[in-house]
Amino acid sequence: MAHPPASLPPPNPAADYLALTHRRRLYSGILLSCFVLLLVSAFNVAESRNAGGFLAGLPRVLDFPAGLLAETWERLDRMPGNLLNYFPSLVETLNIAAVSTLTGGLCGIVLALLSTRGLARWPRLVPLWRRLMDVLRALPEIVVALVLIFLLGGGPVPAMIAIALHSAGALGKLFSEVAENADLKPVEGLASVGAGWLQRMWLGVLPQIAPNLLSYALLRFEINIRASAILGFVGAGGIGYDLRNTMTWGQGRFDQAAAIFILLFVAIVAVDQLSARYRNKIAHVEH
Amino acid sequence: MSATATLDPLAARCAAADRLFARRRLLGIGIPALILAYLAYVFFAFDVPGLAARMNPDNARILLADSYSYKTHVTQDTRSGRIVVAVEGDAKGAYPPGMLPDWVDIDGRDARVDLGNGQIAEIADGSVAVTVPGFGEIRAESTLRGIRVQLPEGGDGPRISQSDTLLVVYLDGARLTVTRTRIELFRYFLGWELFWFTLDSPYYGKSLPELLRLALSDERIEPEKSNLRGIFEGFWYNRVWQHGEVAWALFETVLMAFIGTFGAALIVLPLAFLAARGFSPARLARFGLRRVFDFLRGVDGLIWTIVLSRAFGPGPMTGALAILLTEIGTFGKLFSEALENLDEKQQEGVRSTGANALQRCRFGVIPQIMPVLMSQVLYYFESNTRSATIIGAIVGGGIGMFLTQAINSQKDWEKVAYYIVLVVILVMVMDSFSGWLRRKLIRGADA
Repeated sequence: MAHPPASLPPPNPAADYLALTHRRRLYSGILLSCFVLLLVSAFNVAESRNAGGFLAGLPRVLDFPAGLLAETWERLDRMPGNLLNYFPSLVETLNIAAVSTLTGGLCGIVLALLSTRGLARWPRLVPLWRRLMDVLRALPEIVVALVLIFLLGGGPVPAMIAIALHSAGALGKLFSEVAENADLKPVEGLASVGAGWLQRMWLGVLPQIAPNLLSYALLRFEINIRASAILGFVGAGGIGYDLRNTMTWGQGRFDQAAAIFILLFVAIVAVDQLSARYRNKIAHVEH
Repeated sequence: MSATATLDPLAARCAAADRLFARRRLLGIGIPALILAYLAYVFFAFDVPGLAARMNPDNARILLADSYSYKTHVTQDTRSGRIVVAVEGDAKGAYPPGMLPDWVDIDGRDARVDLGNGQIAEIADGSVAVTVPGFGEIRAESTLRGIRVQLPEGGDGPRISQSDTLLVVYLDGARLTVTRTRIELFRYFLGWELFWFTLDSPYYGKSLPELLRLALSDERIEPEKSNLRGIFEGFWYNRVWQHGEVAWALFETVLMAFIGTFGAALIVLPLAFLAARGFSPARLARFGLRRVFDFLRGVDGLIWTIVLSRAFGPGPMTGALAILLTEIGTFGKLFSEALENLDEKQQEGVRSTGANALQRCRFGVIPQIMPVLMSQVLYYFESNTRSATIIGAIVGGGIGMFLTQAINSQKDWEKVAYYIVLVVILVMVMDSFSGWLRRKLIRGADA
């Protein structure tokens, strides 16, 4: 007779399951509340080290936008002139982003091909290129830009180099993930007819992965526009630089700041939409 | 007759293939040509040719030399005659009288300084003589009316820039600067001096084994605290390198990214349901929320930073809120798209048991979507750590503030190098940590 020992209660799967679910729910509840607690205490620490408190500042959040709007409204007739005035700076910001995406993307392709297993020119150097990309990715653009501003003087070139370096690292990683999934048959075919590494990559790999690369590069372009605006704010030219100037002039020039806000907003949203449309198109061509 | 009929389609296909190849070839040449043309345009638009005139090779030399070495200054204020020896010429790094380095010999208002490589400088109350091997003796006298300089005749000497009120001699691994009120010599040494302890700490200049022995021994160097604690405090409260404050700044940077990213995720999670097709109770709510997300994303983090720092003042909370606002826009889009692309089967399963909308979300949607969302949030956490450095530079919080201050001082390049190393390590650590957590989450979801 295979009776269960008397000390154990008879098996009851439904009750066990319910108990398990309850326990699980309790655990995730505890985890969630711990997390929220952590978040709240982190916020308190940040607030205590801030110049102004959260609740004290909250009513004032809208003061600046309101002042901005009021001044803009007052001098609405000047808005077209202001927009036209700052348009060249916007073009510079966009150019910084475009060139750095382009050069960063090209460097990224080379780095990606060098660091993809199965495609690498020198398989032993793969970890080296990977670490290089990690470092490039980890370097905040602002650091490189500020150092280069010290060396090269202000202007768009330091920002361009800084963003390009970061893009090379970021895109290189994404590209190498794409290249890893590339079909190796064309590469083998090319190798069998005696093609060199460059020819194998140019004719065998790049045509396969080009749509994906383009898609990632477009996404990066969006990010880089924001980065180039921020770098302008610390002195690297473009619309960010003008924004800082109008902000330091303070009251009385807010209509110009508003013009810059509008230009930046429209540019970011427009590029966002355009690149989303193109990326969708590319994705549809692929499938 | 029939031969031409079969040939014609073939010829047509050949022609089509030729056209395709021609187009491909045109693209193959056209796209690189376009890129080149664009780069050429930017080359001139950015005034790259003028860059050579604007850039300052001296700055590059200073930056490189300073980032891996330090200077010890010997300075005489010619009005008082006092001679001070200090690391980086900083009052916090000044040598106390009894502790001078062995290459400096001070006697009242006179001093003898060995500048290395056979270069000897002698300061004698307001005048200085530097012997340079193979060149001769450079003499300079500093008076309030101006400076008098005597240079040896001819010979290949060091680079010298000279005016009525300023003399700079660029020696080998050292430099002499004379103004109307000051004679200053400095000499380069390898490394980051005072990195562990400042000169006023009793542990300065001790080697690692010595420190270990001291830490373990009961004999107290400072009677009021144990040696281990003294060593730690000497390091942590180092006035020159400020390790304690730098650690706080790193923590603050992570804090900004943490609050911004996870705060935004918590806020967006319920909103994303309202903004997702198939979940939203009203089209209008969906449309409105979508536009709010677009607006938050489109108004860049830079603009949010400016607007918020006007209200909350500088500090980490302002930076955290700026990240939070931008990320609400990003997550709103990502989360609602993820919800729209959801597999319907699980929801139908839950619905078939008679669950209401809330229960369907809780049991049909959340378990399915959580790993994906968490993985995206973690990815953004890592990238926001880097953004927090940049935003910190603008709002004056975290390691970004330390970095910009050090760079703007235009002389603390060794600190710049140190902070860059710290930031790179921090971002890489966050990168691997979030990658590890993401892999765990995805594996947990598969299991």
